[in-house]
Amino acid sequence: MQPFEYQQPSDAAGAVATVAGTEGAVFLGGGTNLVDLMKLGVETPDLLVDVTRLPMDGIQRTGEGGLRIGAGVRNSDLAVDPRVRAEYPVLSQALLAGASGQLRNMATVGGNLLQRTRCLYFQDVTKPCNKRRPGSGCPARTGDHRNLAILGGSEHCIATHPSDMAVALAALGAIVHVQGATGARTVGLDELYRLPGDEPDRDTTLARGDLITAVELPPLGFARSSAYRKVRDRASYAFAVTSVAAALDVAGGQVRDVRLAIGAVAPVPWRARRAEQALLGRPATADAFRAAVDAELAAAAPLRHNAFKVPLVSNVVTAVLSQLAGSTR
Amino acid sequence: MRTAKPATSAVRLRVNGETHALTLDNRTTLLDALRETIGLTGSKKGCDHGQCGACTVLLDGRRANSCLLLAVAVQDAEITTVEGLASPDGTLHPLQRAFVERDALQCGYCTPGQICSAAGVLAEAAAGWPSAVSAARDGEQAGLDAAEVRERMSGNLCRCGAYVNIVAAILDAAAATTDGGSR
Amino acid sequence: MTALSTPQVPHATRVDGPDKVTGRARYAFEHPADGAVYVWPVQSVIAKGEIRNVDASAALALPGVLAVLTPDNAPRLSADDPELALLQSRAVAYRGQFVAAVVAASLETAREAADLVRVDCVESSHDVTLTPDHPGLYKPAKVNPNFPTDTEAGDPDGAFAAAPVRVDRTYRTPGEHNNPMEPHASVARWDGDHLTVFDATQGPSRAATIIAGVFGLPADQVRVIAEHVGGGFGAKGTPRPNVILAAMAARAVGRPVKCALSRQHMFAVVGHRAPSIQRVRLGAEEDGRITAIAHDVIGQTSTIKEFAEQTAVATRHMYAAPNRRTTHRMVRLDVPTPAWMRAPGECPGMFALESAMDELAIACGADPVEVRIRNEPAVEPETGKPFSSRNLVACLREGAAWFGWAGRDPSPGTRRDGPWLTGTGVAASTYPARAMASQAQASVDTAGQYQVSIAAVDIGTGARTALLAIAADALGVPAGHVTVRIGDSALPPAMIAGGSMGNASWSWAVTDACRELREQIRARDGAIPPDGLSARSATGDEIGALPDHARYSFGAQFAEVRVDTDTGEVRVPRLLGVFAAGRIVVPAMARSQLIGGMTMGLSMALHEESMIDPEFGDYPNHDLASYHIAANADVGDIDARWIDEDEPELGPAGAKGIGEVGIVGTAAAIANAVYHATGIRVRELPVRLDKLLR
Repeated sequence: MQPFEYQQPSDAAGAVATVAGTEGAVFLGGGTNLVDLMKLGVETPDLLVDVTRLPMDGIQRTGEGGLRIGAGVRNSDLAVDPRVRAEYPVLSQALLAGASGQLRNMATVGGNLLQRTRCLYFQDVTKPCNKRRPGSGCPARTGDHRNLAILGGSEHCIATHPSDMAVALAALGAIVHVQGATGARTVGLDELYRLPGDEPDRDTTLARGDLITAVELPPLGFARSSAYRKVRDRASYAFAVTSVAAALDVAGGQVRDVRLAIGAVAPVPWRARRAEQALLGRPATADAFRAAVDAELAAAAPLRHNAFKVPLVSNVVTAVLSQLAGSTR
Repeated sequence: MRTAKPATSAVRLRVNGETHALTLDNRTTLLDALRETIGLTGSKKGCDHGQCGACTVLLDGRRANSCLLLAVAVQDAEITTVEGLASPDGTLHPLQRAFVERDALQCGYCTPGQICSAAGVLAEAAAGWPSAVSAARDGEQAGLDAAEVRERMSGNLCRCGAYVNIVAAILDAAAATTDGGSR
Repeated sequence: MTALSTPQVPHATRVDGPDKVTGRARYAFEHPADGAVYVWPVQSVIAKGEIRNVDASAALALPGVLAVLTPDNAPRLSADDPELALLQSRAVAYRGQFVAAVVAASLETAREAADLVRVDCVESSHDVTLTPDHPGLYKPAKVNPNFPTDTEAGDPDGAFAAAPVRVDRTYRTPGEHNNPMEPHASVARWDGDHLTVFDATQGPSRAATIIAGVFGLPADQVRVIAEHVGGGFGAKGTPRPNVILAAMAARAVGRPVKCALSRQHMFAVVGHRAPSIQRVRLGAEEDGRITAIAHDVIGQTSTIKEFAEQTAVATRHMYAAPNRRTTHRMVRLDVPTPAWMRAPGECPGMFALESAMDELAIACGADPVEVRIRNEPAVEPETGKPFSSRNLVACLREGAAWFGWAGRDPSPGTRRDGPWLTGTGVAASTYPARAMASQAQASVDTAGQYQVSIAAVDIGTGARTALLAIAADALGVPAGHVTVRIGDSALPPAMIAGGSMGNASWSWAVTDACRELREQIRARDGAIPPDGLSARSATGDEIGALPDHARYSFGAQFAEVRVDTDTGEVRVPRLLGVFAAGRIVVPAMARSQLIGGMTMGLSMALHEESMIDPEFGDYPNHDLASYHIAANADVGDIDARWIDEDEPELGPAGAKGIGEVGIVGTAAAIANAVYHATGIRVRELPVRLDKLLR
């Protein structure tokens, strides 16, 4: 690890100004990803600006009836909040499926959104990686890519986003509140994240010094009927091989509304808009669910060792939506 | 080529009720501060990257991986390590006693982390926190059973494979504490 | 005069339990050493080639760096083991090899400085891929520890071709890493030409001898202390680079040096289980009686040292058949040298054999338990030697009864529970039962307090507790009057904690010494002189006089699995192992060991794989997040039981050793159960969801 200076500001504006104005300065939340990456030499900041003492640790009701979650809220606290459990169970389930009890206590909402891929080549500074060093190459394409992307990748990068929470937030249409050097703004979650394209080193649209201050959940009545399913190689304490966040509104046997996002298949939490469109107004049956997800997967570009994710996603989406629809298999 | 000394900070760590006033390289993790500076070697380094749980301590009563905590960032928190669980007169914590009685350990290297983590689990369960298992079950919080304990303790790896007895020990301790059993 | 008391029931709980649950127990790295500094290695980033130049200037410029050791300035060692010849040459034999090291006043500085050492290499092209038809395959002179490479009897090819029922399958086990929870670590201190090391080792006596050899010292000038060791599973069986590095660095800077490997280092330099490709052929009559067995193994080793895992050796004694062949072929690849990992040989070999036996049962329409019983040999099949004790059949029968095997419908893929398919499977276990020469000392003082000393080590087996029980029993006194000292090479030399030989070897020496002491006391009518009494044992002659019989422990493992038809995820709600392993000294410790072995077997079945990356020549999954070992939630009910077995030949304790038999066969039982659940036969471990996804 490189040496660094450490500061603990008490107001967001000061924190933002410092990081925006100082080369090599980064924000420190719970540290569960940043400190890990610093030990690996992937991140080499000169200054850590600790934002965990800023007043960003509350969960409040918004005027529209949604929730505004401070970016400093710890993953555990968000998962067990009674309002989240009742009104957005997919989010609580996603959080509880992530990491371990210890890590959930430490990790902040902001840090969870911004965590980097767990691609083994990204994490190893002795190997090429276009995300870490643009132009150096992507060994994953011909090497180990079993856990990497089947959607949204490019020839330069097939990393997957590792967060469970972000998949649920994607399905819920979360809005991210950002405070930057030039002021405050909001960004839809789908605009926060970037696909690698030709610039795999840029995971987000944030500028240096942009601080996530809150995540807002719009009101979504039918989100009470939502669920998160995570498939992994261990029964617990492992990243997803595939995950699904879904909310389903069924009336008279028809899909009145649906939200669907898929995790561990793309460099971003994958909002399955094609599948959603294909389902609106359709009968809420397993056949319709399968047809919709298969339409979403038509764009998949799997590689030799991750092609299994295609039928896996198809099965899991169908199963989750069927479970929500209350239909029997 | 760096020739200057690395940045350090004056760091006050409160561990097991005692305050330690230290000057530490900012890079020092809480785990290394405990083991190398303060001399409390009970917390173990198994992986140094938050992937095994052997370094688990309690931070303001909540379990955390000390290998990913920077000492400079946890000043003024109340830190409890395995050395701080027994009573001042040496009476073992119910979890410590249960681990011995159920032989919930073999080499013992993951054991301090298991016990601190289990203390966290008991507090979380008492506070009504669900887990991934309870979320899947719907309905009322049923309390800790084997499936709940396994899930909640999965952040603590044990290569000797003492899981079966670890689960039994934690269930014993949970029963002892909810029955108001003597410490 | 001191009267003898009557023996009491020994401890049922682990005697070092309280120390371990309170954090009082100290492991190697945790022993305080005044003025100690830290050493951190630099690893090669090429898999094969030559170091051209090491530039340590940036590292040396950091405040707090005391030295940078390189092949240019490292002290000369006389290491027989190429893996311990650290920094002795410029040749690079595998990626991750230690090629330099930084000594610094703090851990943070040492690590930072190591990243600044520039090692320029000339890289050669490397080969790290094991294939069944590799042009470099050769026949090793022997396989570990000292077995013939090939054996043959009768006409296996002819008998196989003529057999009405034939199984001919190839099974693969991946590379695996031991990954004890405690990374290898050492604290080294020189006093003149005397070296004291606190080391994470499975064998202080052997370690001291080897380390002394490496540094050209008389053996009695090296002392290795291992009071508590955080697991080993074979990886700490012999000294590893950490102790050599710590001692070298301590000599170089004139201060005590602490060295703890990172988890990432553990994937390169402390050994691992090499992958295997195994072809098993079974030819049988219609009723499953085997007429031909052939087990052909392909393995690998490094280019610098041969480690020939004895993968087919278990097949030589498991089942009767008049026509038989076992072979081992290896190739030298540009990989780290493999080493012992729990049940070397038996563990991967029995995955193949016991999977093939299941396939045979299905081909014959026979019950898998019955087909094994039908092939029970009366004597060791390939040598004709009698078994000292063999109760595999009892394990299978009792296990089947406890597990609820009767009435099992063998048809695969037919039991549904919602989205789950369920199934059960069985496999046999075996492991050699041996003892090695060891010495012990027993003494008594005038207060009637006994002390027993032996350079044994407790790596989690419960050896401390078992030896206390054995000593108290042999002395005929309450355990509270006895102190057992272990974990120090200054004590009477002893076998390592490995090969399931620790307890068998030590209990023999301890019992002999205690009985002799007891005899001395009796001869004096109980009068202890002011200087006390002491007796010393050495079991070499007794062990050398053992009859030439076949000695093994056996077991039967039963598994119940559930497979999710949507995802391929596998759950193992129930495992049962029934073992016949001689006398069980401390039941609670034995149960923990056996369940621990079965847990590791479950982990092997479902999770573990050290992937080799042909491009870079290393294991890309070199941490605990990407190399999966079983987590708590993966483990359901696991039960271990044993048959009372009288083993007449393995010393006064009659204990066979149980550290390894638990892992043998578990993976096959689970894979067999997965077949029963799904109709899918997985012949290449681990059984992961993508292999079961329809």
